[in-house]
Amino acid sequence: MLTCFIATKGGATLDQFLQQIVNGVSLGSIYALVALGYTMVYGIIKLINFAHGDVYMVGAYVGFAVTTYLGLGFIPALIISMVTCAVLGMSIEKIAYKPLRNSTRIAVLITAIGVSLLLEYTMMYFVGPEVRSYPKLLSPKVFKFGNIIINMQQIYIVLTTIVLMIILQYVVNKTKVGKAMRAVSADKDAAQLMGIKVDNTISFTFAIGSALAGAGGVLVGIYYNSIDPLMGMMPGLKAFVAAVFGGIGSIPGAMIGGLSIGMLETLVSGYGNSMYRDAAVFAFLILILILKPSGLLGKNTKEKV
Amino acid sequence: MLEIKNLNVHYGVIHALKDVSLTVNQGEIVTLIGANGAGKTTTLRTISGLQKATSGEIILEGKDITNVSASQRVEMKLSQVPEGRRIFPAMTIVENLELGAYLRRDKANIKKDMDNIFELFPILGERKKQLAGTLSGGEQQMLAMGRALMSRPKILLLDEPSMGLAPLLVREIFNIIVNINSTGTTILLVEQNAKMALSIAHRAYVLETGSIVMTGTGEELAKSDEIQKSYLGG
Repeated sequence: MLTCFIATKGGATLDQFLQQIVNGVSLGSIYALVALGYTMVYGIIKLINFAHGDVYMVGAYVGFAVTTYLGLGFIPALIISMVTCAVLGMSIEKIAYKPLRNSTRIAVLITAIGVSLLLEYTMMYFVGPEVRSYPKLLSPKVFKFGNIIINMQQIYIVLTTIVLMIILQYVVNKTKVGKAMRAVSADKDAAQLMGIKVDNTISFTFAIGSALAGAGGVLVGIYYNSIDPLMGMMPGLKAFVAAVFGGIGSIPGAMIGGLSIGMLETLVSGYGNSMYRDAAVFAFLILILILKPSGLLGKNTKEKV
Repeated sequence: MLEIKNLNVHYGVIHALKDVSLTVNQGEIVTLIGANGAGKTTTLRTISGLQKATSGEIILEGKDITNVSASQRVEMKLSQVPEGRRIFPAMTIVENLELGAYLRRDKANIKKDMDNIFELFPILGERKKQLAGTLSGGEQQMLAMGRALMSRPKILLLDEPSMGLAPLLVREIFNIIVNINSTGTTILLVEQNAKMALSIAHRAYVLETGSIVMTGTGEELAKSDEIQKSYLGG
């Protein structure tokens, strides 16, 4: 339908469409980074970690602090933020979730919501509720391809995301700890029989997922220029939708899901009404849950006997 | 080699194992037979550390391992082939075998052992890159055994290796068990197929509703009237 719409309206509309796609890919990359954490944690302990969006918020603040007060550049800020979030993620797991390893899933889920609120309001206590603006880290240069504008931030966002995803794919598929992660998410008992330490592997998964969320936080800071202690709520939920759309538990699924949700959102803002973009994402969630609850690349949950 | 003393296991209020004691000597094949729900799998899971004991002792080569974690027991050269094989379906045969050698660092020997596994189970060697989930039941059983052997165990626990397999394949699997034992690996075998199990076992224990009710050599038990009646259908 869109293409035929474009064909009738001619060149200017095509440019506008491509511009929305460029914006969508940038925003979607950030969602994808956050969605990866949701999906990896779900894959390994079957928990929707609702505190994940707030880890992303903490990442944005760490990036803000080291660039504003220490004057560091983009890459060091990104790395420091990722490391801090990795430590934060591991601590959350150790303190809040590990003691509940053998309790019901709903108990852990409620705990996750509690951790989420704790992070939001602890941050608010220390930094105040006001919106802060990120310092300009990248050159304001823009690239023009015809009428399509790509700015430096978008290039950095997409490149950073691609690099992180390649590293992630390598870690998960080629390294020993990555194989341990896949083994634990497939079958905890069998993994233990291989000599894999399940607790360490879960801890590592939280570290990686949280580091990616931290990177997402810094990227969104430089993209939208403003951060606040509650900024993690909406992107967190949207990244969750992205993970569900891609098939929760599937890493490539989270990447595809993130990009799709980002594009959906920018297209709705561009062609419809930006007031409806959040509604569109959640309406989309409802559609997925009705039409294909296992998501694009999700495993069939049917149990084999 | 392995000694179990007065082992008790509870699942909530259910008393699954009641004072189970058994011994497996170096180089033996010992089998544990019994009906469904007698506690055979629970016994193996407790020995490998997946299930916590309420009381009792598990002693491996003179060391008390009752409170040692499952992954550390693998390091102490105890390895289990779990019931239902439990291979990693989304990984290839080679990846499954590599996970079996997870705790080892001697790369050259790992490669050599993997070649030995492919010699023992040629069908696996032909399908190295195939996803384990797409293998047949018999092939998955072979993979599960190969995976357990990759840790170079001194003692191998096998839980129902014949489950769901065609009779011809069952015979092949049992031949391979004897073969593995002849290279010096001690074996504790849990089976419902009592006839086959007793035919290869040096010694056997009979488990009934959580307690050991009889013990003897494989031959003795195979001839015993009671066993004939209850487990061998004669």
